Amino acid sequence: MADFQRLAPEARKHLRQGPGVWVRLKLDPWLLILLLAIMSFGLIVLYSGSGASEAAVQKQLVRYGVALLGMVIITQINLRLVQRWMPLLYVGGLLLLLAVLLFGVGAKGAQRWLSIPGLPRFQPSEIMKLVVPLTVAWYLASRPRPPHLTHVVVTMLLVALPVLLIAKQPDLGTSLLIGSSGIFVIFFAGLLWRYVVAAMVLGAAALPLLWMGMRPYQQQRVITFLDPESDPLGAGWNIIQSKIAIGSGGVDGKGWLQGTQSHLDFLPETHTDFIIAVLAEEFGLVGVCALLSLYFLVLIRGLIIAGHAAHPFDRMLAASLTLTFFVYVVVNIGMVSGVLPVVGVPLPLVSYGGTSAVTLMASLGLLMSIHARRPQRT
Amino acid sequence: MPWSKMDTQRNELNQFNSRLWWSLLLIVLVFSGLVARLVYLQIWQYDHYVTESDDNRQQLQAVAPTRGLIYDTNGALLAGNRASHNLTLVPERLPGGRKGVDAALADLAQVVTVDADDIKRFKRRMNQPRRPYSPVALKFQLNETEIAQITVNQYRFPGVRIVPELVRYYPLDEGFVHALGYVGRINDRELANLDATNYSATHHVGKLGVERFYESELHGTVGHQTVETNARGRVLQVLDRLEPGPGKDLTLFLDVQLQQQAAQLLQGKRGAIVAIDPKTGGVLAMASAPSYGANQFVTGISRANYEALRESDDLPLFNRALRGRYPPASTVKPVISLAGIDSGMIARNYSIWDPGFYQLTEGGRLYRDWKEGGHGQVNMHKSIVESVDTFYYAISHIMGNEPMTNYLAKFGLGQVTIADQPEATKAVLPTKQWKRIKRNASWFPGDSLNMGIGQGFLSATPTQLATMAMVLANKGEWHQIRMIKAIDDEAVTKVSDVGRKDPAQPANVSLKRPSDWNKIHAAMVDVMHGKKGTGRRSGANSSYKMAGKTGTAQVLGIKQDSTYDAAQIAERFRDHGLYIGWAPAKDPVIAIAVIIENGGGGSSAAAPLARKMFDARMLSLDSTLPTGVKDDG
Repeated sequence: MADFQRLAPEARKHLRQGPGVWVRLKLDPWLLILLLAIMSFGLIVLYSGSGASEAAVQKQLVRYGVALLGMVIITQINLRLVQRWMPLLYVGGLLLLLAVLLFGVGAKGAQRWLSIPGLPRFQPSEIMKLVVPLTVAWYLASRPRPPHLTHVVVTMLLVALPVLLIAKQPDLGTSLLIGSSGIFVIFFAGLLWRYVVAAMVLGAAALPLLWMGMRPYQQQRVITFLDPESDPLGAGWNIIQSKIAIGSGGVDGKGWLQGTQSHLDFLPETHTDFIIAVLAEEFGLVGVCALLSLYFLVLIRGLIIAGHAAHPFDRMLAASLTLTFFVYVVVNIGMVSGVLPVVGVPLPLVSYGGTSAVTLMASLGLLMSIHARRPQRT
Repeated sequence: MPWSKMDTQRNELNQFNSRLWWSLLLIVLVFSGLVARLVYLQIWQYDHYVTESDDNRQQLQAVAPTRGLIYDTNGALLAGNRASHNLTLVPERLPGGRKGVDAALADLAQVVTVDADDIKRFKRRMNQPRRPYSPVALKFQLNETEIAQITVNQYRFPGVRIVPELVRYYPLDEGFVHALGYVGRINDRELANLDATNYSATHHVGKLGVERFYESELHGTVGHQTVETNARGRVLQVLDRLEPGPGKDLTLFLDVQLQQQAAQLLQGKRGAIVAIDPKTGGVLAMASAPSYGANQFVTGISRANYEALRESDDLPLFNRALRGRYPPASTVKPVISLAGIDSGMIARNYSIWDPGFYQLTEGGRLYRDWKEGGHGQVNMHKSIVESVDTFYYAISHIMGNEPMTNYLAKFGLGQVTIADQPEATKAVLPTKQWKRIKRNASWFPGDSLNMGIGQGFLSATPTQLATMAMVLANKGEWHQIRMIKAIDDEAVTKVSDVGRKDPAQPANVSLKRPSDWNKIHAAMVDVMHGKKGTGRRSGANSSYKMAGKTGTAQVLGIKQDSTYDAAQIAERFRDHGLYIGWAPAKDPVIAIAVIIENGGGGSSAAAPLARKMFDARMLSLDSTLPTGVKDDG
């Protein structure tokens, strides 16, 4: 842990000399600056990706404002309190997921939204992105670590229930993110390496089962991923076109608003899941690496916060949230650049859309809350 | 710090920190992998993807040249181009691709009427070998309402586009189609023979007539442009353009007023009128009736309409002026006379007593004259003026096949002499050898008799007869018979000027005694103006002299000893009326042939029409003179 603190001496110095407003607001200036930088960059790309739509940028700005507000509120929450109410939150979340399956609304054959009168429409699965790691951390925090096998099994069940419910909607991307967030907690609880390896082997063996459990459209995505040319005008179109967009961007890109792939509609979903292709086309390798560096710094900051945290619950939660953020980035960029199958995972803090921004900022808010309540060294 | 409190807690902390380090390692490795992937795509494969990206958005399109215009001799437009809006589909871009064609057609049908024929032709075109993503035409010549309907609903129809195109337009349409021909959509067979590059953007090609003969001049050279399109194939901007070379404009000898007059005169009849300028050989008018609209063939005639044209008993599609093979009847008599006297086989003062019939042998078959009781004593002059058949029975009996055939050939019969009408036929100028081959029989004296009055095996097209009239009018001087006057304002005197093969053309006819021309001319003037001339009613009341010869071709063989009553014979078996002639008699400006199928006698059916044409020509020339009347406007 000492090593981790040494990684960011600047941060420590700054915090010591800071005016105290950050401490009072319980915000972490490093994370805040980084995510504002990512958001600004994202808005620039979004403007281009949405076809130079000022309306889209304004709407996104409002969402960012709401999300930031949400983050500040979450930051104020004492996690000890949350810990106490965790079982209730988990059960409540599960009930909401069941409600989605029974009464949910949605489009394109997926049922993801819940419309409760008096409340804005929302996706319970987004809430579960926070609830699942919280629950697992809550469960394992009060048990011996490294966890016993029985506890691991219970944890797995706690994760599997919401994951299956969400996969049933179907929403492969979200269930993948939630599943990994739960598993990360187990990993950080100190699960023995032999179990980790065994799980990996088992997971690989279960792939055929997973295949059989997939919906036809999900299977199609995998087939398309493995061989995009098999259907160049249909399902393969997205991957082929996004690879062309990225590749033709070269080192320094075609210039802002100059991307032909995105502006001539060859590229699909230019403002949502495939926005990184717009970035890569218009700002080139330099632009993508700049964004990746920002993400990398966020991850480093997240790991440092995890390293500073004293309470096991905080530690596990911080590390898990950080790695989940990492999965977001990797799955999105991996899918757009054609190394992973297409699953609907947005690029964090850049893709157009309110829900994922709110959840992501909430998780960053949790990180800040953890950091604000870390043991003070004097 | 809590790490100092307990061993287990310290162990756990160490372990957690090691997991953090492992995570950092994982993050670094995976990010490096992502960066490596990006480097691979953006640096290693850069050239490849730039090409792909350009291929996506840039398309090389061929640009069709504008087809050359066709003008009449005074610069009136005969064939122009107008914008036509075509409804096209790009099958690959339809929702559901090529399989979605039927659904797309059903959707479209809610907005615009598309008949079964259109769909059938569309599918045939779609299934022909073609470049993927090239638009396939569904319906041509959309009207304003249809364009609006489709444009407003454009968002519902991805892959459906309205494509403007310049297509041929014939402002005078029906009356001119047999002279000009027409253009139509390129078919498979033509596609195989055309220069694929030069025609890559062209959809029409000359199918008939002048449009077909001068295709290479009219078409022009293809241009190219690089355009930027979006994913739906919509052209956003032109990046680079090589202008097409427009086709050359043709000026024809055709005179709109004469042509319209001819078409009008033939209204409701079956027949043809061909008028030639004797000074140039240029065709002033070429009409065939019944006719049909040329414009409907440009955009694609419906099957029903086409069937109706094809099945019609009146054969509107048949170009009688160029392909109609008619017995020339008495119109050949001046040439037969010339053949007799110039070959020396008939004395210039040769005459016969005409009892109304002729017999090869005493008591043999009666070869009748058209006039019962005969014409009395008949010499060459009278034989032409009154069209006395018996005189020609007599001289052709003396001459036999050979001199008649030779002299008719000198005047253009039995050969195609019109240079730029590819459909022209040579009809039949029978020789002894021809009869042996075709009929497997030798030439009988009776064949000569029939030939002498322009019947029997002999046949000629109206164009050939007009040519014969021209050579007679010119006293033997030939010009190449042609439609073309100039290409892009460069005069064309022979089609070999523009790289075509001149048709074999007889030499100028020189008579042993040139004064014989005057004899023939005098007789032909008397046909129109003499007291007993067969065409005197048509020649009356004119401010100028004209020369001509009427003809009446029998369609039905008349039985021996039976009299002929036109009224009792079904219309289709009535005689064809023919006329050849020129005007003015001296220094002629028009030579003409008129044929009216089943119109009865030439003097009543054909000659009056010729007179109207003469008048029109004289008037037309008059009005082109710089007179004072024009200045006071």
